[in-house]
Order: sequence, then structure tokens, then C-alpha cells
Amino acid sequence: MGKTVKKFMEGNDAMVAGAIAAGARFFAGYPISPSSEVAKGAAKELPRHGGIYIQMEDELSSMAALCGASLAGKKAFTATSGPGFSLMQENLGLAVMSELPCVVYDVQRSGPSTGAATKPAQGDLMQAKYGTHGDHSIIALAPSSVQDCYDLSITAFNLAEKYRTPVIFLADEVIGHLRATVSIREPEPGEIINRKAPAPGTTQKDFRPYDYSGNMPAPMVGVGDRNLLMRTTGSTHDEKGEFRPTPENIDRVTHYLMSKIEDHVDDITITREYKMEDADTVLISFGCSVRSSMSAVDLLRKEGVKAGMLELVTVWPMPEKQIRKALQQAKNVVVVELNMGQLAGEVRKYNDYGCNVIQANRTDGVLITPKQVVDALKGGMK
Amino acid sequence: MEGKFDIKINAKFCKQCGICSALCPKQVLEQEVGKVPVVAHPENCIGCKLCAMRCPDFAIDVEGK
Amino acid sequence: MKSYKDYMLFDKLPQTWCAGCSHGIVLQSIAAVMAELDVDKHDMALVSGIGCFGRVDDYLDINCMHVTHGRALAAATGVALGNPNLHVLCTMGDGDGTTIGGNHLIHAARRNINVTAIISNNYNYGQTGGQYSATTPTHSITQTSPYGHIEDNFDICKLAIAAGASYVGRATAYNPVMIRKLIKEGMQVKGFSLIEVMSACPTHYGKFNKLGEAARMLKLMNEQSVTVAQAAKMSPEELKGKLVVGVLKNEPRDDYYTEYARIIEAQRIE
Repeated sequence: MGKTVKKFMEGNDAMVAGAIAAGARFFAGYPISPSSEVAKGAAKELPRHGGIYIQMEDELSSMAALCGASLAGKKAFTATSGPGFSLMQENLGLAVMSELPCVVYDVQRSGPSTGAATKPAQGDLMQAKYGTHGDHSIIALAPSSVQDCYDLSITAFNLAEKYRTPVIFLADEVIGHLRATVSIREPEPGEIINRKAPAPGTTQKDFRPYDYSGNMPAPMVGVGDRNLLMRTTGSTHDEKGEFRPTPENIDRVTHYLMSKIEDHVDDITITREYKMEDADTVLISFGCSVRSSMSAVDLLRKEGVKAGMLELVTVWPMPEKQIRKALQQAKNVVVVELNMGQLAGEVRKYNDYGCNVIQANRTDGVLITPKQVVDALKGGMK
Repeated sequence: MEGKFDIKINAKFCKQCGICSALCPKQVLEQEVGKVPVVAHPENCIGCKLCAMRCPDFAIDVEGK
Repeated sequence: MKSYKDYMLFDKLPQTWCAGCSHGIVLQSIAAVMAELDVDKHDMALVSGIGCFGRVDDYLDINCMHVTHGRALAAATGVALGNPNLHVLCTMGDGDGTTIGGNHLIHAARRNINVTAIISNNYNYGQTGGQYSATTPTHSITQTSPYGHIEDNFDICKLAIAAGASYVGRATAYNPVMIRKLIKEGMQVKGFSLIEVMSACPTHYGKFNKLGEAARMLKLMNEQSVTVAQAAKMSPEELKGKLVVGVLKNEPRDDYYTEYARIIEAQRIE
């Protein structure tokens, strides 16, 4: 077990601590509320660990710089919120296509556009998956506590490195600015995943930084490797990283980018259950809404309702199995989220069981209350 | 007459743009529109290699004999 | 002695560009400088953007990263800071480097990122059919300025000088010897260097403006050229429509990484 210290800290600061514990040594970003404390923390902490902080001119360049640093072998991260996350979509696609691991902290706020800059929302759920153009899959994790901000950061970097993909850390203003006592446990070396390197002795002739034959990414080297040259492009490319826009190649690349994530959904999925054993009323939630949902479960239990909660920590790929199980188990499912029903739409996709799917939404920039969740259930109950 | 330099033109790479023949300071190369240049006056070549350096298509090599 | 061919993927030729396009001349110059400096390929990284000139990475046998339109310098910033031991080249066209990517250009210059930017300026967006860019000369014709271009154009070198680049130079594709000299010097400067190469696009810009075939376009730009020494003796009136070529600025200062390394040195706990 690594050394553990207790610290009273804010969610955004715990994200920085987690990133550094995971081995991140490069940050490029642009300040934006409510994520700015991540930049502040990164600027302070990274040089202390030999890492580099750079504040770019915008979020387009921040995401591009992340891609560059990742290609140079660094574990890289950025932090942003709605408007900045929109700008990052361009080069998030580059990271997907070039398979450059990195972590994007999106501390969600109310939108669209500037919206209510400092107020919480969870309206980026769909953008996290579908924001950049073209078919692809992505990994997104949603923390529901300050402890999560630390622990899940390590998970986020591990998944990014393992699957050579950008990972979205889908936080929100509530969690980002929440303060709590956190166990900062230094991870053991064995708990840290680094991108796979080519087998020793691999020659340039045999080196393939991309592999579309299966569903796992090829080994890669950072540029500057003494033996191998690395080649990447955002254009559809072959195994060597060379431009190849043939119909066959476009098709296999697209399928690969989906399957390298979707085929490993069991490995990537993290969910938590609360009082689910006998539940016939299930609340499904993620991020800050989980906190209200847990209290709502307790309120309902007091009233004699057999309520339980399914928390989606992994939100992309969508935990289909766990959602289906809840839909099969429950008569009523309430989807609790700070948006107009982005997760509810996903849940309904899987509802082959005639379950009554109710939405509990709040979109006024204030965290939904447990009572509102209970009221939503009662209003929609069959 | 033989020159001091060997000028090789790769017809596979050449796109017949005409830069080399038009800008050769010693009029060594001759070219008809739509054709690969020919080394018409090798004896005039001074080996400046401007034709090779200005060839956008990597089609010219000039080497001393 | 190495040849430029040692740094190229010669089996990828013939290259993709139109007949007479200057981009191939610039590409050969880049490879020739690497050969002249006898650099280890593993120490070289090239970041290129989107546009005709963005395709140079297809032909170079070094570390290559081909990114999105306009963002090459931003990605190059990440590469250069991610591995400060690399020589990072960044190749862009005028659309990529100064129009969509203009903001990144001034900030990379201001921060003095250790990158050698090479902009092949042919006054238009060639890949999409010859639309005007931020460097298209006023009054000229492009696909999207059929009645004459009404905007003023950027002087890329002046922009980079004002923004704080360490080294700035300009050459024309007529003069590949000067291109080589400038790229070589730029690569040897620690900090941000920018080399603008005036390039001919006979397919679009040349045709729209009745400039004739490639060789004539190169001759015209050579006639337009004045050296820094000549320019110093000319009035602003006389300099109108001229291209000042040569080394326009050579004032190296510590690059971003060198400065940042001092912070790391002072603050490091692990």
C-alpha cells in the first residue's frame, strides 16, 4: 500500500493531485470558470514534479498542445468548461484519430454559450461522446465526490494510456468546488498503466504504430525515441501512420475506433449501487446528481418505498448491462440529472422491459434537491 | 560535346512544369511544352545545380563526372 | 556526405502537388538542410497542418505529426515542450499558418517556443480551389475575390518580428540557396524562428492573375525582391510592392523551455 495522507481540499485541487499521482507531467489550458482552480493547481504543482504548465491562447491550441505533448511521451491533461470544451472538440478528434492518450477535465457549467458561467449543470454528457465529428467511441468518467476527483483521475489516465484514447473527466461545478477530507493515497507503481512500448529490438521496418486488425491499440513510442521514428496524422491512415483514404481503410479505421472502446466495456465500466438488492424503484444518476439521489433513496425508504440507486461512474461507454439490469429489476426508474434528459434518452434506448422511465431534471443552475427527485418519482409513478 | 557534369532527369517524377529549362543560367536544358526536358548543351553546364534545387518534383540530379 | 534523399521517403514520389508548385522546392530545401547538418532523424520532429503544404510530412523520413487546420504551431508547442531535446519543424501554408492559425503564430513567437516555422506563402488556399487568404495581395483575383480583393494583406515576417520571434527570414522559391541558408540558421537558433518562402501557385493564383507559367512566376517574384541591405536605402514609397528577402531579424533570447526549466530547477521536490 502506498503512503496515505488525509487532506481537506476542493474537488478541482483533488483532480490536480490525482493527475500528478497518475504521472501526468504536462498541462496546457485556458482559464475558465468553474475549472480555473485546476489550472491554478497545475501551474503550482507541475514544476515541483518536473512537469510543465503552459497557458495557451485558447482551448483550440490547448487541446492541440496536449496532442503534441502526448506524442512526445508525456501524460498530458487540460481543464475546461462548456465554452472551452466546445472549442476542444476539434483536436479531441485529432487525439481520437491519432490515438494520443490524454485526459480532459470538463467541469461542467450551465449553457449553451456563456450560459450561467459559475452555475452547475450536466449538459455536456452528449457532447463528451458526440461533440467531435465522425464516428468514434470515447471514455468519460463522472466523479460524484472529492475523493473521486483524486481516485478517478488515476483511473482516467490509466484508461487513456491503456486504450490510447482521450478520456473525458466529466465533473461539474458542484463537485469541482466541493470541499471534503480526501485520502490521498500514493499509488503503487503496479497501479499505474503506461502506454505499451514496442518489443525491444523492434526495427523501423517492422514498427507499426497503428494496428487495425484487432481491438487493442498498437504499441507506440514518443517522438525522440532513439531507435524508432513515430508518425501520426489526423487523416485516415494505415498501420505506419501514412495517409490512406481508401474505402476499405476508412471503413476498418472507423470500426476499429468504435470497437477498441466498446469491446472493452466490461473493463472500462465502473458503476456503484446503493440499496439496490430489493429495489423496485431505481434512481439512475451520475456526477453531482448522485448526491441528491442517495438522499432521495433514504427519504423514499423512510416512506416504505423500496428505492435504490445505480450510479454511473463510467458514463461513456454507456454501462448498458447495468442499466438493463436496473430496467429489468424495477417498475419505476427515475433518471436524475442536471439537464433536460440526456441520460434519460440513453436509458430509454435500452428499455425493452416496459419499465416506467421517469425524468428528474433541474436546469436552473442549482443542484437538484432530494425532495425534487422524490416529487418527480411520485408525479410520474405508474 | 561532353560536359563536366552528368545531368539525370527522372521522367517518372517530372511534371513538365518548365522551371528547370527556363531558369537554367546557361541554357543547358531545352524543353518543348508537354515534354520532359532534354540535356541539349551539357558542355555549358557549370554544375550550379539550380535546376535540381528548383525542381519541385525531385526529378533532376546533377553530379560531377 | 548525406544527400537530401536520405531524409525523404523517396518511394512516395511522384509528389502530390501540381506541376510548377513551389512546395516541392521548399520540401527539398528542408531535407537538404537536415542532410547538411547531418542531424539524427530521431532528433527531428515535423508538425504540419492542413492545406497543400501540410502534405510535406508524407515525404519526410523523420518523426512526423500531421494535425488539424491552423493548429500546427499549437501542436508543435506541445511536442517541443514535451521533449525539449528535439528539433521541431513546423510547416504551414499561408492559410494554415497565418489565417486560421494566425493567433497561434503570434503567441508561439511571443512565447519564443523552440520551433522552426516554415511558411510556404503562395497567396491563396490552393487545396480548396484558390480562395483568398490573409496574405493575398490587395486587388488580386482569387476564386472568392472575383472582382478584386479588397482587404489588406499580412506581412508575415513583420508580424512575427513584432510578436517577438528570435529569428525571421524571407526567401523566394526562385532562390533555393537562400531558402537553405535561412532554414539552417533558423534551426540553429534556440527559440522561435520563422522562415517565409514566397511560393508560386500557378494552378490557381497564377492563373487567376494571369501571371503565366511557374518559371515566369518565379522570375516575377525575383524581380520583386530586394535584399535587406538594398531595402535599407529605399523609401517606403520605393518599397511598395517589393519583397524584402534575407535575414530580417536575428536576436535570439531564451526560449520558453529554458525559462521554464529554471522554475523547475528552483521548485523541484521530486
